[in-house]
Amino acid sequence: MEAVTFFIAAGVVLAGACGVVFLKNPVHAALSLVATLFGIAIHFINLEAYFLAAVQIIVYAGAIVILFLFVIMLLGVDRAENIRTEPIIGQRHLALLALVGFLVIGTLIGIATAGEVTGVPPQEATFLPSEGGLAIEQVTELGDGTIVAPEENIHDIGRSLFSTRYVFALELTALLLTIAVVGAVVLSRRPKIEFESIPETEVSAFFQIEQSDQSSVVVEEVCEDEIAGHEPVTEPKSGSEMMDE
Amino acid sequence: MTFALTIGPGYYLALSAMLFVIGSIGLLVRRNPLIMFMCIELMLNAANLAFVSFGKDMGDLGGQVSVLFVLVVAAAEVVIGLAIVVAVMRRRPKASVDEVSVLRG
Repeated sequence: MEAVTFFIAAGVVLAGACGVVFLKNPVHAALSLVATLFGIAIHFINLEAYFLAAVQIIVYAGAIVILFLFVIMLLGVDRAENIRTEPIIGQRHLALLALVGFLVIGTLIGIATAGEVTGVPPQEATFLPSEGGLAIEQVTELGDGTIVAPEENIHDIGRSLFSTRYVFALELTALLLTIAVVGAVVLSRRPKIEFESIPETEVSAFFQIEQSDQSSVVVEEVCEDEIAGHEPVTEPKSGSEMMDE
Repeated sequence: MTFALTIGPGYYLALSAMLFVIGSIGLLVRRNPLIMFMCIELMLNAANLAFVSFGKDMGDLGGQVSVLFVLVVAAAEVVIGLAIVVAVMRRRPKASVDEVSVLRG
């Protein structure tokens, strides 16, 4: 039964991943990503990580992919993309080489973990969780055939998160989330003065001309302000005014 | 029809490796920044699968706790990354990742 579930979910995961990479439309790619995340959640259930399966669906499929879709719709970048261009010479061959290399390494890891050729067999390598950590409680089957595990899984993860081993990382996580929220607000805030979009070609030439103009005009403005006795204009504001012209 | 096949951690690790490879290929090949973020998500999920698989193999709950942390970091990364993409795209709507090398918004 576990094998059937594994192979079905693996098919979903790999098909979704290929969809993310090869579909042209970003909306379709995001939906393929949802398929992959659902497959991963099924694998988590298969591995008896019930809480993580729920979190995977709620956080990834419910929040992150929706965020992707919001940005796709907001920017209107759902246009086809030319995949043929190759900015770095030979990057496709490098990608193929990486595929082969990772597959070889993955196979080696699989063989080593199975303990058939080399390495320590998994059961002998098992060590007791050190102080503060918790062991996974096995699924227990009661006399009448009912299985008790899900609540135990959540309890154990909660206790483990707030144990001496992980509580510092947990607090750092809270700090990280706060920084992310503040950073997102700061980054996506519109500036008071709307900049005109920079022309696509010859950014550097445009920038140099603008710089030379700006410096001369700023000096003039400052001189006028000093004569009139006004507060001198700060440099960034005058620079943005120059860009508007 | 019964399957006598037992699914060991090697199967999960092989799947994880394949998922990671597909994600890294996408990161190298695609030019759309949103798709590249999705490929990073694929690679993080491959790592998550390996974490849980190892955790079950060793009987340690640390694998699942690590996945929670990875999840939080992934969420923060996506939020910041998408905010940067929105800020850049607002200035020059046609930009692909190759043209955004000025870091001037």
